[in-house]
Amino acid sequence: MAETKNMILNMGPQHPSTHGVLRLILELDGETVVKLTPEIGYLHRGVEKLGENLTYHQFIPLTDREDYIASLSNNLAYCMTVEKLLGMEVPPRAMVARVLLTELQRIASHLIWLGTFGLDIGAMSLFFYCMRERETILDMFEACAGARLTINYFRIGGIAKDLPEGFEKRVRDFIDILPEKMKNDYERIFQDNKIVRIRTEGVGIISKEDAVDLGLSGPLLRACGVPWDIRKSNPYCGYETYEFDIPTGKTGDVFDRYLVRMEEMRQSLKIVQQALDRLPGGAFLADDPKICLPPKQKVMTEMESLIHHFKIVSEGFDPPVGEVYHSIETPRGELGFYIVSDGSNKPYRLRFRPPSFVNLESLAKMAEGKLIGDLIAIIGALDPVMGEVDR
Amino acid sequence: MSEMVVEKLKKRFSASVLDSYSFRDENTVVIKKEDLVAICRYLKSDPELSFDFLSDLCGVDYMGREPRFEVVYHLFSINKHHRIRLKAMVGEGEKISSVVGLWSTADWHEREAFDMYGIIFEGHPNLTRILMPENWDGHPLRKDYPLKGR
Amino acid sequence: MTEFVTIMIVKMVVIFAAVMGTMTYITLAERKILGYMQIRPGPNRVGPWGLLQPIADGIKLFLKEDIIPDKASKAVFVIAPAMALIPAVMTIAVVPFGPTVTILGRPVDIYMADLNIGILYIFAVSSIGVYGIVLAGWASESKYSLLGGLRASAQMISYELSMGFAIVGVIMMSQSLSMVKIIEAQQGVWFIVPQLFGFIIYITAAMAELNRTPFDLPEGESELVAGYFTEYSSMKYAMFMLAEYINIITVSGIVTTLYLGGWSGPVLPPLLWFVIKLLAVVFFMIWVRATVPRLRYDQLMTLGWKVLLPASIVNILLTPIIMKIFGYL
Repeated sequence: MAETKNMILNMGPQHPSTHGVLRLILELDGETVVKLTPEIGYLHRGVEKLGENLTYHQFIPLTDREDYIASLSNNLAYCMTVEKLLGMEVPPRAMVARVLLTELQRIASHLIWLGTFGLDIGAMSLFFYCMRERETILDMFEACAGARLTINYFRIGGIAKDLPEGFEKRVRDFIDILPEKMKNDYERIFQDNKIVRIRTEGVGIISKEDAVDLGLSGPLLRACGVPWDIRKSNPYCGYETYEFDIPTGKTGDVFDRYLVRMEEMRQSLKIVQQALDRLPGGAFLADDPKICLPPKQKVMTEMESLIHHFKIVSEGFDPPVGEVYHSIETPRGELGFYIVSDGSNKPYRLRFRPPSFVNLESLAKMAEGKLIGDLIAIIGALDPVMGEVDR
Repeated sequence: MSEMVVEKLKKRFSASVLDSYSFRDENTVVIKKEDLVAICRYLKSDPELSFDFLSDLCGVDYMGREPRFEVVYHLFSINKHHRIRLKAMVGEGEKISSVVGLWSTADWHEREAFDMYGIIFEGHPNLTRILMPENWDGHPLRKDYPLKGR
Repeated sequence: MTEFVTIMIVKMVVIFAAVMGTMTYITLAERKILGYMQIRPGPNRVGPWGLLQPIADGIKLFLKEDIIPDKASKAVFVIAPAMALIPAVMTIAVVPFGPTVTILGRPVDIYMADLNIGILYIFAVSSIGVYGIVLAGWASESKYSLLGGLRASAQMISYELSMGFAIVGVIMMSQSLSMVKIIEAQQGVWFIVPQLFGFIIYITAAMAELNRTPFDLPEGESELVAGYFTEYSSMKYAMFMLAEYINIITVSGIVTTLYLGGWSGPVLPPLLWFVIKLLAVVFFMIWVRATVPRLRYDQLMTLGWKVLLPASIVNILLTPIIMKIFGYL
């Protein structure tokens, strides 16, 4: 009998379903994945190093480029970390607007996840339906900030400018449409499909203990049945005052991850609704001239403001010496920033704890011993964004 | 909440806790690197603490100070919802024990710290570069590594 | 004799041209229909409603550089696309597009040949097509191609069986293997009614034979990049595409003939009826593509061997009873 050898298949970094530049070295026995080694770093831009050489304000746009699917969440995590370092209060309007926008961002992110996940397992149409709804959200972001993907809307101490006119109506219209679309367009074409079920149920199972051990967070961890959501456990931005549930799964398979994300979108809508109802008036940026940029009008007319503006733009501000870690719940899990300040205008150390990076680590555990088709579904359900994996 | 953790740690490992301080409601404990694994095991297994989740592990370079590097561990307890920050100091070329045995998630984090700072984690199953190419020279996040023009 | 040859040559040219024309516009129709199902307009830049798109595609494919990978087995790599295309074209010969009509005082059949073993011929010839795919996968010396080729061969062999068994019911009812006889046997009631079960099995297996979604594993984009034709470019790539779409027409033609009464129908001319039915089947396939995701490899095999094959055998056993009920016996 001839000797058989396992085949080494190099999947990626250019491959239709590795979600960017993820490279997997697969050892295959027929179609079964025997060993899986992820190779990352193709998108490494040295963001942490850059952060040590930029002032605190200058770093905000770079956070957009980490998890580019949910850039507002990154803005929020970073701004909140710096605010914590400064010991700074944010005006209530900004706080509610932040919740409102990041929850919309969560929906947009989950929509794009759902669409690409559908593409991964071969359901083409779903992608376009998801994009249609995501488009509405992106239009709202565009109205707010002028940008659609790298939004860069939050500032240290609040938000860059006030919410635009007619924003509330747009959001309310969207709240009215989405549940119906989810029910008619997504669930009927996807969830109720027999093939989707057999492709996702019982695939990529990971136990509760393993999930915690591997540091999974976000919807992936909740799909395993661990009801941990930073918005509930360590509330920030006043999340403790909103009413919402944390959906959890039972088995921790790909289908549970789908269900958890779908339910999360509904819960996010609930939060958006509540945030809209309570959106207070008033300032949208903290009144701290040493840290927050003054409005353009004042810069043009007041000497003081002009000086502050110049100082902030040219050299930033000096926070106290110390170190803080702050993490928030992004669509992908726990996103943390760890900033060490030496009292100068630039962070001494800026560490970015990306949820995708940690989640991706468990891929081998989930996919080894499965078929290639399963592997694709598992990568899809992991929802890695290579921008934040590689930084 | 996490003051309790610090108190318990100080009581149990009085010799290994070098320093502890609190800033913005966050508690930091500086420990001797030799006792790292013992402390971590205690933090993880003690039912009152139950730090079952390693949020983050990273290195920091304090160039010009001895020992030069710090490894920072951010622990979280999913049941108790409290956090603690552990720090262990490592000199250049020195080794620190790996915590992969306690939290598997440390695997890639430790590889990254090795990649970026050259900190060597003893007992790590596969300590190779992770973000930079395998044949890369130097460790980019060190303070003496130039930002550009290399 | 000269007259016969002339008629045959003219018919050959006309039918071939018609099929090629239909085929190119089926590619456009597929993209358009998928587009409308997916809330986007589909191709609409080349010509009005994108009508010139297939021509633009063709020109583009002609003009592309023809790349042969260095490590490929060159001869096989070159032959493989032709081996996929030729059987596809050959099967058209027995598809009965219409009955005998009188043109210029001469009786002309609107099909190439009425073989008394028509169905067997189709099966025999179309199975050769799989060689093209397997050899393409093997000769490319690429791992994705190899996996695609392996998947294709396993899939086609598995589904050919149930496909063959499924039509036994039709043959029993029509008492003939000739395509024309089968159509004539359906003058009363189309076989889709008594043979509904067989029809479902046949169309499922046929879609697997065609590598259409949900059975498009050999070329499953998100898994194997492009499967067996990953390394192909230019006209060789186009030949695989041609073969695929010609096969769609043939299979739709066979479904029309076996189950939908072929050219028979009221009022409209028979040829038109045939085309309408054929396009309806093509539309169905496009519709399915827009709706369902892809099966996994092992699930595909399970479906073929554990569901469709037994079901098709049961169908054979049931057919005599059905024939009794419908008064064929």
